[in-house]
Order: sequence, then structure tokens, then C-alpha cells
Amino acid sequence: MTLRETAPKLSPEQYEKNFAEISPRMTPRQAAVEAARCLFCFDAPCTIACPTHIDVPSFIKKITTDNLRGSARVILEANILGHSCGRVCPTEVLCEGACVMHEKEEKPIEIGRLQRYAVDHVLDRNIQLFHPGAPNGKHVALIGSGPASLACAAELAKLGYRTTIFDRNELAGGLDTYGIAAYKLRAKDALREVELVRGLGVEFRQKTTVGSDITFAQLEKDFDAIFIGVGLGDTGALKIPGEDLQGVIGAMEFIEPTKVRPFAQLNVGRRIACIGAGNTAIDVVTAAKRLGAEIVHLIYRRGEHDMPAFRYEYDLAKLDGVNFHWHAQPVRILADASAKVAAVECVRTRTESSAGNKRSQIAIMPGSEFQLEVDMVVRAIGQEPVTNFVRAVEGIRLRENGTIAVSDRFQTGNAKYFAAGDCVNGGKEVVDAVAEGMTAAGGIDAWLESPRGKN
Amino acid sequence: MSDLSVNFCGLRSPNPFWLASGPPTNTGGQVMRAFDAGWGGAVWKTIGDPIQNTSSRYGAIDLNGVKIMGLNNIELISDRPIAVNLTEIAEVKKRYPKHLVIASLMVESKRETWHDIVRRAEDAGSDALELNFGCPHGMSERGMGAAVGQVPEYTEMITSWAKEVAKTPVISKLTPNVTDITHIALAAERGGADAVSLINTINSLMGVDLETFAPRPNVAGKSSHGGYCGPAVKPIALHLLSSVAKKVKIPIVGIGGIGDWKDAAEHIALGASCVQVCTAAMHYGFRIVEDMADGLAAYMDDHAYRSTENFRGRAVPNVMDWGDLDLNYKIIAKIDAGLCIGCQLCYVACEDGAHQCIERAPQKNANGKRNPNNMEVHVPRIMEEECVGCNLCALVCPVHGCVTMEEIHTGQPPMSWKQLRASQKG
Repeated sequence: MTLRETAPKLSPEQYEKNFAEISPRMTPRQAAVEAARCLFCFDAPCTIACPTHIDVPSFIKKITTDNLRGSARVILEANILGHSCGRVCPTEVLCEGACVMHEKEEKPIEIGRLQRYAVDHVLDRNIQLFHPGAPNGKHVALIGSGPASLACAAELAKLGYRTTIFDRNELAGGLDTYGIAAYKLRAKDALREVELVRGLGVEFRQKTTVGSDITFAQLEKDFDAIFIGVGLGDTGALKIPGEDLQGVIGAMEFIEPTKVRPFAQLNVGRRIACIGAGNTAIDVVTAAKRLGAEIVHLIYRRGEHDMPAFRYEYDLAKLDGVNFHWHAQPVRILADASAKVAAVECVRTRTESSAGNKRSQIAIMPGSEFQLEVDMVVRAIGQEPVTNFVRAVEGIRLRENGTIAVSDRFQTGNAKYFAAGDCVNGGKEVVDAVAEGMTAAGGIDAWLESPRGKN
Repeated sequence: MSDLSVNFCGLRSPNPFWLASGPPTNTGGQVMRAFDAGWGGAVWKTIGDPIQNTSSRYGAIDLNGVKIMGLNNIELISDRPIAVNLTEIAEVKKRYPKHLVIASLMVESKRETWHDIVRRAEDAGSDALELNFGCPHGMSERGMGAAVGQVPEYTEMITSWAKEVAKTPVISKLTPNVTDITHIALAAERGGADAVSLINTINSLMGVDLETFAPRPNVAGKSSHGGYCGPAVKPIALHLLSSVAKKVKIPIVGIGGIGDWKDAAEHIALGASCVQVCTAAMHYGFRIVEDMADGLAAYMDDHAYRSTENFRGRAVPNVMDWGDLDLNYKIIAKIDAGLCIGCQLCYVACEDGAHQCIERAPQKNANGKRNPNNMEVHVPRIMEEECVGCNLCALVCPVHGCVTMEEIHTGQPPMSWKQLRASQKG
């Protein structure tokens, strides 16, 4: 992709500084002090708030007694991706948001950082806390190697299943490896968790696309059950003129290289516009700024209080000096003489509430057009499902929005197929994908143990 | 206006706060700085034949990140020659005539030796003498310290030897490492002691290094039992103080776990004329006395006490035999739902650790209470008809004022177990 103007390159030190961990590892002393603050609640609200129901008071108590191995075990038993969840979970609206300290008018316990501290202890030392179950002779295939598949495979492996993950990417880990802002989670740390799962005997077949490299028919023949955890695809189209110009890209396409390529090799526009105001949009604009973009615009058709991004994500972008354009909608992207992005034209919007609709309607204000001079436009208006390929499987039903319909045990319309994670829930947190993947593993096990599944 | 000064055995102390015999009173320089900081008196680090100490000497226990809940030491008496200590006492008294310098003494259990050290200490200018019958470690192996204080007859005998020649008040310092401290206190009184001070440190071993199995404090991988003190020992000190206060007629100096004016006031309320402090000064320095004096004066002003004598010993009669307590007094717990943070520590404590009188909050739609993030707060419920009024829920509650114990008027007249037994026999 060639751009009209690219942002000047930064020094290696500056890149490292810009992408330094936003929440660094705690020192033993910090962890001890923080862990000691925990009240050790009963029926703890943090545990209830966690989608994977990690026994938070228990793992924190173990930190206070220097039992870090036990602490990590409590975390990873409930959530094999406890390390990345400790870094990327929106703890402010989950465990830490529920912490009783809020009612005590004190800072909530830093549960996410303590969790990462405990898990780091075992990852750093390659302590193998879990072992594969006695082989039960059954073999499960998993499509995709993101959080849902990793969690599902790990659970199945512990139960004695042979598990094989098929993934089209070069590296395993899915969203954790490719799609989360680098200052929150580096690919190398996501891959440490992949190794934890591999340590349970889970087999990874990377660069293997199901449907072309291997057929569903083959999978059905070779495996007792098949799990689909393919996440979401790239961002949806803006459906405006100029979208096909050089310099218009999707959010995932923008973030992925920041995870797997040296920062200095990445070309970003000197001026960038990002369309959308979800958490992914925040990842885009903050990464853009940290890569050296001088002017970064975030354009959202609704108001500041309607933005889907979490409050602290918004704060990150504000601190990075992003320009926010509320109540604005792009109408076309303009090019220079060589068909490269030169500007984005927007129009002002107004929201109107209408009876019967939860969200207000958006009306365009005529004659309010304005242009922002940019070299790059990033679409971040929500990722779209990549579930078309499963239409080839008889019985699997897709919902209207393209997500896969499942039972409460994450079984699809075809009993042999299970699915979980973003491709089912339409895009939630890593921790939700883990919780669903684990529930699906239980569903697979129950089904394969049932008389019907034994056929 | 309150007056903190105390008449102690005919001596005027500017205030009731003395430094206890220990590391903070090892030298004249320290004692003079302490007086400058506001201490009313200082009991000199015990003088006797110089000893040699180990390295290390102190051990502590911390609690949840709070340092030194308890401290112990295996340090012995002064390691400096008697003459040096006495010269410095003379110098301090010359410069600080209005402050009390009390010489702590410990020598071989020989009458002449005691006579000699008493005379020398008084010649140096000591205002009073404290006989160290309490030191539980090291010196006791040599027949001194607690080896004397654990035997009423020895305590009485050596106290009387000191009294044979002493012209200044003699305080016998008592060890808590006995079955019944009142026997020792009465023995000291019989021996002629003008006062007793208590408690000395409690026998202790601070812990074990689980890698090397060296006990603490570590001396080349080994250790020995030492004397335990600090905030953790205050309740033990208060109990022993109150029991001695009920038995002896002579003045008492309270020691044990005193770190602020409230601790001091509690000792005074249980009968102490003056108090001694060591661990808190070792932890934070001499400056802590400023708030001890300031806070005690404010408390006394608030209650219109002109002197500590106005409230000294006021709590002693309230310490009774269990059999005299009113069985018809009834309190039950109340939870202030507005203050409750939903930790449910009260629930689990009552359910597992006490009397099963609290109902656990349901995990969903508990009480409709929500936190600032709009997440549920689970408020448990006291089953008032079951509550025995034990206090445990209020003790574990991390929010001040959230769980309170409120009196229920039963309409019954007070009745103790002794009265109940008597009425049953009748």
C-alpha cells in the first residue's frame, strides 16, 4: 500500500517507549502490598463478575502466602488464558468493577495485574501445572486457534481427548496474537500461552484452511467432533465512494502488522482518520499515534456518550492526543492525482429518538459537509463474521447477522459441530470466548459420552 | 487545664511517659535526646557486669504488610562497663534535673553485690531503682532476671536486700512468664518494694526459615528463645496489670504494647501510675511521645480530668470474675445496609466460626443495592431471633460502623451465674 504521505520513522527507542506495556508487571513487593489489601470476600463479587468465574480471593490469598504456583493453578484451572486476560480484560467493568472496595470508597484491588503476576511466575519457569488426561481414544478437531479454541482444546485435553487445531494463520493464538493493541499484549506473550496449551498435547496445524486445504468431509471422517472458533473477519465496508482507494484499510489489517512485524517497517499515514468509536477503533488510533502519525482523527456518527468504547479506552486515546469528531459521518473519500487517499469528507449528524427504537435514529444535517485532509482511512465500524464457509456443512444454522446459532452447550444445528467465541457471540471479550470455549468442551464431552454421541 | 505530671512514690515525673529499660536507653546521649523529645522519665538499660551480645538480636512478626505487630529480642543487659553507665547517669541528671532517671539493675544473687550496685547507682544520682527480675532470655540461664522473678521467695529476698540500703524508691520489675503473676507481685511487696512494674517481655520464638530451618532471630543458623513485646502483647499486659492492681497496695508502672496515648490511658485506667514504652520508640523514634502527651492531655481536658489520678484505676473494678457478669444483658448485631460493601465476611465468620445467625445474600438480585459501577452489592441479613450477640460479625466487618451491636431490653433484672447457682441451690 502506498500512501500520499507517510509518518516519519521514529528511533527504535521511541517505538519501544511508545509501545511499552501499559500496565507493567508488578514487583514482588507491589504484589504483596496489593494482595494484602484484598478483604478475601465470601461469594466474592469479583468472582461472580468474571465470565470464567476465577476464584479471585483464593488466588490473591495465595499470593499473600507466597504460594504463587497454587495461585496460578487457581487462575488457569478456571481460565487457561489467565495471563492474557490479566492484561486485556476490561477489568473495570468486570472483576475490578465489582470489587467491594468501591463501596468502601477505596481503590479496587488491581485484580488483573495480580493475576498476571501469578501466572507469569509459572510461565517464566515453564512450570507445567496441568497434564493431559488418560487418553479416551476420541479425537476432536478445532477450527481456528484463538481464545475460544485454545480454551476448548485445553479442557478437552485434560479430559483425555486427542485434539487438533486447524488454523489458517502462520502463528497460533488468533486475536491475542494478531488483533490486540501491542501495548496491552505482545504477540510473543500470546504465544507463551499457546505453548501452555501445546504442553497439554494439543496439536497445532497452522497455515491450514478448512474448506480448501482440508475438507469438512475429511474432518468428519477423521474426528469424533468438530469445534468452530474462527472469531470474526475484517471490518465491514463503509459503503461510500472512494473506499477502494490506496490508503483505505480495515482495522484488523491495520493492527495485525503492529503485532507481528518490527514497528520501523510499518508505514502509516502522516494524517489518519479512523471511522468508528468502539474499542477496536481506540486500538487503531492509539497505535497510529504511537507509530508516529502526527494527526489522528476519530470520526463517529453518534455522540461522545454513545461511543461503544469503554471509558478508560477513551481516556487512553485522549491522552494520546487524538482528535474526536462526534456526530460526524464520512460520505466520501477523496483522492489525489495518483488515486491515493487525500481527504475524507464528512457530514454532521443529529440523533433523534423515536418511539419503539432503543437507539436514537441518525439524521444527516444538510449542507454541513466538511473535509479532513488525511493520508489514510481506517475502517473500524465492527468486524464481520467469516462464517460463510460453514454453509457447506449440513444442519449448521447461521443467524441473520452471520453468527452461528448454538444451544446453551454451544452445539450447532449439526450435532457433531460445536462453536463458540466471537463467531457465535458476534464479538465480545477474550474472557467471554474462553468461558464459552470451556462450556463447549463440556458440551462436546457430554455429547460424546452420551449414547447418541458414541455412534 | 489538665496537668500530666505525676507524683510517683514521692518523685515528681513531668508526665507519665517513661522509656522502658532497653535499647533506647542504652546511653546518656539517647536518654538526653528522649528528654528533649518530651519523655518524662527513662529507665536506664539494665546495668550489671558487662555482657557480650549476639548478632543478630531482634525478630519481628508483621501482619498483612503492617510491620512489627510483635517484636522479640535476645539482647542482654548493658554491654558497657558499670562505671561508664553511672558516669553518664550523673551527667544526664546534672543536665536534666527535673526528669526521672531510673537505674535498672541486675547482678548476681548475692546480698553484698546488690548492696554495692544499689549504692553506686544512687551515688550517681539515680532518682529510683528498678530491679530487673524479668529478663527471660540469656541472663536467666546465669541465675539472674526471670530466674529470680519466677520464684516468689527469691523476688522477696532480693527486693529486701535492695531495700536494706536504698534511699530512693525501689521498683521490682515482674516477668509475665509465670503461672500467676500476683504471687510474685505480692512477694515483691512483702520484700518492701515501693512499686512494681510489669510486664517484662514474654518468652517467644519468632519463627523458622523454611529453607534453612534456622529459627529467628538467626544467629549463625541457630537461635534461642527471646523476649516478646510490641502491640501484640498489650492485651496480655492489661490482664496481668489488672490482676496485680487488685492485689497490691503499692504503685504500679504499666508496660507492654504501649504505642500511643490511648494505650497509655488504658494502662492508667487499669491502675498504672506511670507507663513505660520501648518497642514503639524502637520502631518510630523518641518523637512519638509528642502525640502521647498531646493526645492524653486532650482526652483529659475533654473529660475534665485535672490529673491522671482522676481516672487512674477506674476500670479495675469493672474487671470481674466471669461468674459475676450479667447473663441477662442482651445485644444483637445490626447491619447498616447503606454502609455494607457486600464482602460477606460477617456471613462466613458467623456461619463457620460462630453461631449460624446470618443469612447469606442471594447471588442474584440480592437486595437491589448497586455499587457506583451499577454492579450488585450483596448485603447479608442478621437473623435477629438467632443472634447470640457474640460480636464476631462486628469484629470482622471491614467497614467502621457498618455492623453494630445493639442492646435489647429483655425486661429481666441483672443476674450473674453465681446468683443463678445460688437461686438454684436455694
